Amino acid sequence: MFGLKNTDLRLLLIVFVLTMAAPFILNPFPTESGLAQFNAGYPDLMQKFVIFGIFAIGFNILFGLTGYLSFGHAAFLGVGSYACVWMFKLLGYNVVPGILLSIVVSGLFALLIGVITLRRSGIYFSILTLAFAQMSFALAYSVLSNPKFNLTNGETGLQVYADDPQWFHSDRLPDLPHLFGLSMRATHKMQLGAWEFQFNAGYYMCAVIMLVCFYLAIRIFRSPFGLMLRAVKSNQQRMNYTGLNSRPYTLAAFVISGMYAGLAGGLLSAVDPLAGAERMQWTASGEVVLMTILGGAGTLIGPVLGAGLIKYFENIFSKINESVLHQWFGFLPDGLEDFVITLIYPFVGKGWHLTLGLIFMLVVIFLPGGLIEGGQRIGRALRGKKASDAGKSASTEPAE
Amino acid sequence: MTKPTLSRRGVLKTGAAAGVGLALPTYLSAASHAGFTNAPQGGTVTLGFNVPQSGPYADEGADELRAYQLAVEHLNGEGDGGMLQTFSSKVLEGNGILGKKVEYVTGDTQTKSDAARASAKSMIEKDGAVMITGGSSSGVAIAVQGLCQEAGVIFMAGLTHSNDTTGKDKKANGFRHFFNGYMSGAALAPVLAAQYGNDRKAYHLTADYTWGWTQQESIAAATEALGWQTVNNVLTPLAQTDFSSYIAPVLNSGADVLVLNHYGGNMVNSLTNAVQFGLREKIIDGKQFEIVVPLFSRLMARGAGENIKGILGSTNWHWSLQDEGTKAFVQSFGTKYGFPPSQAAHTCYVQTLLYADAVARAGSFNPCAVVEALEGFEFDGLGNGPTLYRAEDHQCFKDVLVVRGKENPTSEFDLLEVVEVTPRAQVEYAPDHPMFAGGNLGQCNPGA
Repeated sequence: MFGLKNTDLRLLLIVFVLTMAAPFILNPFPTESGLAQFNAGYPDLMQKFVIFGIFAIGFNILFGLTGYLSFGHAAFLGVGSYACVWMFKLLGYNVVPGILLSIVVSGLFALLIGVITLRRSGIYFSILTLAFAQMSFALAYSVLSNPKFNLTNGETGLQVYADDPQWFHSDRLPDLPHLFGLSMRATHKMQLGAWEFQFNAGYYMCAVIMLVCFYLAIRIFRSPFGLMLRAVKSNQQRMNYTGLNSRPYTLAAFVISGMYAGLAGGLLSAVDPLAGAERMQWTASGEVVLMTILGGAGTLIGPVLGAGLIKYFENIFSKINESVLHQWFGFLPDGLEDFVITLIYPFVGKGWHLTLGLIFMLVVIFLPGGLIEGGQRIGRALRGKKASDAGKSASTEPAE
Repeated sequence: MTKPTLSRRGVLKTGAAAGVGLALPTYLSAASHAGFTNAPQGGTVTLGFNVPQSGPYADEGADELRAYQLAVEHLNGEGDGGMLQTFSSKVLEGNGILGKKVEYVTGDTQTKSDAARASAKSMIEKDGAVMITGGSSSGVAIAVQGLCQEAGVIFMAGLTHSNDTTGKDKKANGFRHFFNGYMSGAALAPVLAAQYGNDRKAYHLTADYTWGWTQQESIAAATEALGWQTVNNVLTPLAQTDFSSYIAPVLNSGADVLVLNHYGGNMVNSLTNAVQFGLREKIIDGKQFEIVVPLFSRLMARGAGENIKGILGSTNWHWSLQDEGTKAFVQSFGTKYGFPPSQAAHTCYVQTLLYADAVARAGSFNPCAVVEALEGFEFDGLGNGPTLYRAEDHQCFKDVLVVRGKENPTSEFDLLEVVEVTPRAQVEYAPDHPMFAGGNLGQCNPGA
């Protein structure tokens, strides 16, 4: 079906079920319980999961397949965001033109940067892309936001004002981003006993788009084009010596992944109509690298998992403050309570970076293939048990 | 005992059917809540404290959070009550807000618009916060204010000094107690003229973003009106840490005053560079060279150390003031934490009280009722003298302090001395003043 092999189809189906049932899966704890702190099933975070999933899938097409490590992908995310908000300002709040324009603009931008940076490879390529991204950041932050020519609105971020033209806006339509009248913020809350589940229009739109992106990524991975990209990764020099010009392939991969990033940026604006320059900062570029490596570079679903994990830490762990800890450990005697909290406190709240860093180190050291490798090892261990029950020994082959 | 027969196909079928069934009633219409977003249920009400816990303003954020915790204690009737006793409005009784116990959630803005909005959104969507407050930068304040307007909750701004917060970016659901760039200029300029004379040439170094521009514009306009000349204005990138290359040209420009429109770490570095270059010992055309830092805070003064001595600036509030409100607040803050509060802590504490009071007077948590109660509200006893929340732009009008770095500090907190308390009338301006024009308050939004 869909021109996919059975294993890929199964993967797509799993992702489909996971994304569609996310409001249930991410809200496992009753609303009033102490563990509700760990619930992630609210619209903003679910949107972030799928949007950064798209970003990471796109990044993985470049990094996972060709091995070209771009340190400037946030630039495309930012360009896409700005393009989308400008469509809101000029045309009105319908998200379709904004999202389309963000893909087009970031694609063109990626073409421009790709033509220049892809003349080099390895570390030089990384540094060049980083330089371009920082340049874009500086442009957006101050140069292009001066009062005479205000394209980005600088530090405050580009947003829609009441006196913007919005040519196609009418009073019948919501005063927020919408899809032909369906507000992105519209949320249906469902009470089921002690649980509350939120179904948000913006999330489902992003989720459907992510499924399409995921499908396209599978097709790219399995196509002759994808094979060519893998060849670039394994030995570009040898490829060039055989008379094959690999540049068009890498450029195409760069542009495709730039368009993915732009789409993610456009979606970010579509669910929350404000585009800030810090989306282009090098930390944002680094984040997507972390997501991809954490999940498993070169695998299909790994980057999505990595994106989810990082966003989960950023939004859930950062909100555990001292008083929450006191609630949790209130049952302990006073001295012990304070001691336990002193031990844990540096790792939650504002220390969430620290916890994430530790996890990242552990993953890179013990699971070089990312979370996916962890899953595979667990799966193998389980299967291995069964196999040994049947009298066979599980073979351990090195992974490449 | 019979084992239920579970075929793989059967499980799949039931699973799919259950999924479809559960998904069907999601018409995705707006939630059918009564009246407004996050109407408090049960005996508690949740407030969202959104402060920078990491990044350049983490110090301010930590102090803001301390003030919020103190305010919640006082609202719930714990502690010594602080400014509740000196506040001119007496509807708060120390039993929470409208009898509901105050609870709070915290988040990290990271001083980034995106992170701040994400954190505020999680408070609104997940924790059911009915009011968001905090922040230590204008960009973040404006971003979160916009979000609260869209979501239909009240935003009580923390430390934000840019004219735009209540100027071109003002929103009906947002309120600012802190003063702004225009007020700094209006308060500071007469003192500068009195101390340094009317015939001065000023050189501006300005942080290159919204706040820097509006403050530079305000200061330049106010000083030029008193006869000063503005020789040059150089924009410096926000991420700059070494300002030597910007200081050297000042010496050759003929200017005799350097105005540093910088805040936080930026200001600490630029001031240190300027002092190292010996600017303060220079005599230009028979006049002593002077440095001015229009927006001061005690936390910055501590960072700059020795270099701050004798430098003039303005501030929203200082703990050494002698009115009853300030004394009560400093007393209860000092008892709890062991040191005096900063101006960021003060404005955040006051904002929380003002919100609670507005809810109590309105008799409802509905944002539109709160907006109505706060608009045009006159109050006293919160440390700044008689204060007005102006209805036209949701900006507080009150006295502004002109301060100077103390020559002989008695402790690490006693770094600033108050030179003049500029009366409210002198810093007032029309709502349609050119520096604030272009915005539209819009309608209050109660949300779903």
